[in-house]
Amino acid sequence: MTLHSLKDMIASIRSGETSPSDWVNESLDAIERYDGALKSFLTVTAEEARDHAKKQQLTNESGPLFGIPYALKDNMITKGIRTTAASRILENYIPPYDGTVAQKLRQSGGILVGKTNMDEFAMGSSTETSAFQKTANPYGANYVPGGSSGGSAAAVAAGLVPFALGSDTGGSIRQPAAFCGCFGIKPTYGRVSRYGLIAFASSLDQIGPFTRSAEDAAIVLNAICGYDPMDSTSAKLPAEQQVDFTAGIDAGVKGIRIGIVRNLPEEGLQPAVKAAVDGAVRALQGAGAEVVEVELPHMEYAVATYYLIAPAEASSNLARFDGVRYGRRAEASGVIDMFERSRSEGFGMEVKRRIIIGTYALSSGYYDAYYKRAQQMRTKIRQDYEQAFASCDVILMPTAPTTAFQFGEKADNPLQMYLNDIYTIPANLAGIPGASVPCGFSDGLPIGLQILAKPFDEHSILRVAHAYEQLRTFTWQAPVLGVAR
Amino acid sequence: MKITEETVSHVARLARLAMPDSEKALLAPQLSDILDYAETLQRVDLTGVEPTSHPFQQTNVLRDDVVRDSLPRDAALMNAPDSEAGQVRVPAVLEGGSEA
Repeated sequence: MTLHSLKDMIASIRSGETSPSDWVNESLDAIERYDGALKSFLTVTAEEARDHAKKQQLTNESGPLFGIPYALKDNMITKGIRTTAASRILENYIPPYDGTVAQKLRQSGGILVGKTNMDEFAMGSSTETSAFQKTANPYGANYVPGGSSGGSAAAVAAGLVPFALGSDTGGSIRQPAAFCGCFGIKPTYGRVSRYGLIAFASSLDQIGPFTRSAEDAAIVLNAICGYDPMDSTSAKLPAEQQVDFTAGIDAGVKGIRIGIVRNLPEEGLQPAVKAAVDGAVRALQGAGAEVVEVELPHMEYAVATYYLIAPAEASSNLARFDGVRYGRRAEASGVIDMFERSRSEGFGMEVKRRIIIGTYALSSGYYDAYYKRAQQMRTKIRQDYEQAFASCDVILMPTAPTTAFQFGEKADNPLQMYLNDIYTIPANLAGIPGASVPCGFSDGLPIGLQILAKPFDEHSILRVAHAYEQLRTFTWQAPVLGVAR
Repeated sequence: MKITEETVSHVARLARLAMPDSEKALLAPQLSDILDYAETLQRVDLTGVEPTSHPFQQTNVLRDDVVRDSLPRDAALMNAPDSEAGQVRVPAVLEGGSEA
């Protein structure tokens, strides 16, 4: 079994050399072989996928992703296919309609092979809060894949699918991409419709792809981005911001201004991560990029800001899980008792913790001191980025302060787990796009370089990431669980 | 900020979560830590700073008031734990609902 890029798979199907069934079978075989140990999938839709591929061969269907197998994080709803958000409260939920990304990928010819594991309701940084299973890191069975989109990241990095979608509220695409050694991009807030994404924190959530290269991500972005009347926060953009994401991706970095952050908070930053990121900056500088220093003076407040805003929004969004219209219902004699018991039995500890923090921050007497203050700090953080991007095109920094940690290492200390998100959270608060690209290994575990850009300038991110992938100054290592590459 | 188990009980009730004493005992010190950390926001003078609720300026999106298809009733009820005569059924609202 060898790995192919999404781009090559598409070309191969177009030329008639291979068929959709070939790729679907290869993907299902890889899942069969590796996912027993990896546990990246919650649901594998093997039969539906094989039928879909056969049907495609009989029709004249086409589309940019024709015949390509892919996976969705299990918080994106799929008609007739169980969707759980990795929560007991939705254990048996079968959505009656498709979300926009599922619809768009179907229209593009993509073939869904399954739904991936995640932290419950996307709340977590290790995929350990899933109510159903722990997903292993492809680079070490005792290590977490990161989170919350850990299943999608692991499935792509292990070669089970060429691409998978995740969602990113505070780093949930970029951090698992860094931990698992694949490419992951959170587009600008509003780029991808969230219709059918089970909401966590609506002013922060954004959907994006995991792939094994920047160019493959550009192909997926072409299929999933765009205005959607079903999501009132999706962006209606002028034509020049809707161009093909693959266009100009190989333009190189001559003339690109790279911002590096003066006084970046470095508490807990592993020396190997710092060295790998510095090495990547030097490599890009050597290839013609200009390096400038920028300031993000409020970055040290981002984690505190986020862990008030996100739980506040979550406590409101998760009010809908009350045992009435769908989801788990507990036996009770009265309706209030039924609400309380259904929620108590259905939600795991991390979800309860965040609901309590959020409800507290929004409650009378504390609103001004916590929630409003966090929203004011959010303004400062947003303005920091506006000013920084006045003098550069992209900002580079680590995606996470460390490589993947071991199972259980941070599970008992929620605050320590939250502090791990320091480098990824600001992009969600500011709404800007950000990606993680592999930039080295430390003790066999991947390191991620984060690339951030102005709102709706994913092109610069993809161009810099693609240039860096061609320059790669470190030796690639194959995963221990998964297809070698 | 010291969060007591009584505070956790109060907030859990607001959030409609039945919470056993063991969970309250676990959460109280953790929430104290998290809110202590949130106190760092008090260090910066934010007087007069506009709050941000969304990353970009957004306005209400309106559509024309025209009839269109919606989810069929049987599909909408497909996941309901209990339903009858095309409607969701719930336990008695009055009994046991003294705090409602």
